[in-house]
Amino acid sequence: MKKIITTPIGIADIANLRIGDIFYLSGYLVTGRDDVHHRIVHEGLVSPYDFKDMALLHAGPIVKEGAKENVMISIGPTSSIRMEADEAAFIEKTGVRIIIGKGGMGEKTAEACKKFGAIHCVFPGGCAVTAASQVEKIETVYWRELGMPESLWVMKVKEFGPLIVSIDTAGNNMFVENKRYYAARKEEVMKPILQNVKGHMNIEQEETDK
Amino acid sequence: MNKTEAKQALMDTMEKFLALASRRLPDDVYEKLTELRDKETSPMQKVIYDAYFQNLEEAEKLKRPSCQDTGQLHYYIKAGTAFPHLDIVEESLQEATKRATMSVPLRQNTINYFEEKNTGDNTGERIPWINWDIVSGGDELEIIVYFAGGGCCLPGKAQVFKPSDGYGAIVKYVFEAVADLGINACPPLIVGVGLGQNVENAALLSKKAYLRPLGTHHPHPKGARLEKELLEGLNALGIGAQGMRGENVAMAVHIESSGRHPATLAVGVNMACYAHRRGVIRFQKDMSYEILTYRGAQL
Repeated sequence: MKKIITTPIGIADIANLRIGDIFYLSGYLVTGRDDVHHRIVHEGLVSPYDFKDMALLHAGPIVKEGAKENVMISIGPTSSIRMEADEAAFIEKTGVRIIIGKGGMGEKTAEACKKFGAIHCVFPGGCAVTAASQVEKIETVYWRELGMPESLWVMKVKEFGPLIVSIDTAGNNMFVENKRYYAARKEEVMKPILQNVKGHMNIEQEETDK
Repeated sequence: MNKTEAKQALMDTMEKFLALASRRLPDDVYEKLTELRDKETSPMQKVIYDAYFQNLEEAEKLKRPSCQDTGQLHYYIKAGTAFPHLDIVEESLQEATKRATMSVPLRQNTINYFEEKNTGDNTGERIPWINWDIVSGGDELEIIVYFAGGGCCLPGKAQVFKPSDGYGAIVKYVFEAVADLGINACPPLIVGVGLGQNVENAALLSKKAYLRPLGTHHPHPKGARLEKELLEGLNALGIGAQGMRGENVAMAVHIESSGRHPATLAVGVNMACYAHRRGVIRFQKDMSYEILTYRGAQL
């Protein structure tokens, strides 16, 4: 059965989720990426949207902007790791509960998730039309002067997902664990290739010399 | 055909072609993804591949860009010296880029350095990026358009090594780039490796490498073997789609090389995400065209 979480999100809604769990989100979802983090964390601006108990999406959408309404065309997640430097402070300042993006985040974010009760999830990268079809409506946009990808787009979403938990409220971090796993295999896997290229610096012999 | 007519034809065709290339994957990539999908066994990998294919289907149905990051527009051009309309190509591509940004629509992704403001139409300083290769005596114009998204540009790197570091340095460099950075770049990737004499020709060749059609190989047998070994090795790390543990982190590893200086060994690594939006179109003198990447496609 599909697990669905609806905003506003209480700590109880996410406390038992663990890395690898899959769920869907309904309610409000708001975009924010590099510039939004920079403004809130470094420039001291107050977010025009109250993220407390809400969900943040690392994404820069394509929106068809019209006089009457804005239509979501394409909205896949962006690489969350770019926000690593500021995410912990963002969580602390805003009280956001669910952060959605692509790829993993680092130790600082995982610590903040544990301390303040938040999670990070992955929406499959590139699946932007599927994601757009789960957006019911764009309610409003803030900080439009940052450009289309960097603005805060406030969306009403229905069963947005699949969302795969990558950092849970216990501070477990799927990507950090995976990276360790990949790194541990690297030496072994490279060994025969390194062996095979060892002679590559030797001058190739002419056919007649062989 | 006069200049104005040629310009109009190129602009109109390219605007439509950009719409197609922003939503559909080239046939070779689609086939490879289908093949890799069947090789994955874990439930999470299945969820991810299902999402990939469902999204491609919806993009086609709704005629929308399959990924929201339509990137910056890169045009890699092979221009025959006898192609009669060379002088209108650059401005036509600029204009087609602007128009497609509004009509498709594409995301506005161009910021000039120091001004730090989005230009709003995907043109800017030296953008769209145009790379010219001249084909002596040819009378055709072949354009590869590539939508260079941020996520897969981010892990790119290039470095110059000493000859004493040997070819092993190349192997280690590629592994580092993919295992540390590539996992966030929407695998399964096409990994381009450029081997050259200095940093910029290695980097350029790494780009040309991933633009090569799948199933092609480095012309030297040792180069082709290294491509195969790197691919098998990277996949053996167990990274999988989206970096979430699976059988295949890469669809292919392609190497392109140039001669090197006796004192240097330069490597560039460039990655293309699974949403490899590479469209190839070839124009004749009369501006009639042939689409090379999508069987049976009509504009």
